[in-house]
Amino acid sequence: MAGKIDPMHQFTVEPLVPLHIGRYDISLTNSAAWMIAALVVIALFMWGGMKRQVVPGRWQMAVEGLTGFIDDLVQVNIGPEGKKFTPYIFSLFTFILVANLLGLLPLAIVPGWHPFTPTSHFSITGLLAIMSFSLVLIVGFWRHGFHFFSLFVPHGTPVYMLPLIIPIEIVSFLVRPFSLALRLFVAMMSGHILMDVFGSFIANGFGAGSPVGFGVGVISFIFIVGVGALELLVCALQAYVFALLTSLYLNDAINLH
Amino acid sequence: MDLQSAKMIGAGLAAIGTGAAAIGVGFVFGQFLNSALRNPAAADGQQGRLFLGFALAELLGLMAFTVALLILFVF
Repeated sequence: MAGKIDPMHQFTVEPLVPLHIGRYDISLTNSAAWMIAALVVIALFMWGGMKRQVVPGRWQMAVEGLTGFIDDLVQVNIGPEGKKFTPYIFSLFTFILVANLLGLLPLAIVPGWHPFTPTSHFSITGLLAIMSFSLVLIVGFWRHGFHFFSLFVPHGTPVYMLPLIIPIEIVSFLVRPFSLALRLFVAMMSGHILMDVFGSFIANGFGAGSPVGFGVGVISFIFIVGVGALELLVCALQAYVFALLTSLYLNDAINLH
Repeated sequence: MDLQSAKMIGAGLAAIGTGAAAIGVGFVFGQFLNSALRNPAAADGQQGRLFLGFALAELLGLMAFTVALLILFVF
């Protein structure tokens, strides 16, 4: 019979290894476990390609392609002074990308297992965004002191427009961490809800045992193949957008506009 | 109308915003392609701005989605 569709169940954080210190709950949750898994995957990937062969093999080419891609991004958007931020942007990009992709693994075919996407939680993306935003603030004030506030006054603004422009610029500056975090979190979460809902349509449609149910199941199946491909694209795109926006904000802080 | 039905209708109305964001994203990429095909040599240099515009347009749709979720699950 048709089961109830519960698309929010996949986002529950469950403790795997309960651990309490005093009144604080620091259990190893499935969220933490999947983040560690992402870390292990990144470490293995990088380790396999860092042999520094003169004639690179396939693996080293893949790693060099990834590092070269981020290096290019930073060079284009920040300039030569952005070189020292490349490791940060790179860690951000690879972590988000791998965490997103691991969450799409079809692990639910093993009973009792289901993949978990750390980046579909606002606490994780919010922390990443706060890290980027604080880095922008620290770098900005470190390099320019209080001159950093000239970020709020675009070049060539007429004086009589300043009372209007400055509040707008301040709001658009302060909203940056929220927009960074919200974009990644909502993109991941809505994609997973969509896949879960249509997956349930397939199961319920075929389980209904009527021709109409069968038709619904077939259509949903065709649809979910397309959505799955789109989700792969969204995973990469959101990681890219996060890295790109972080480097653009860093560019603001370093070069002032 | 009781509160439950009003919430469902409100969430549905909030989801209209995602459609509006779809128009925005389509506009960004459409305009980019439109000009990139006129001057393909300059297109690669503008990819950063393309994705910046895409991200800004998409964010507003995501906010509509968040409002729908808030109505459904929080209040």
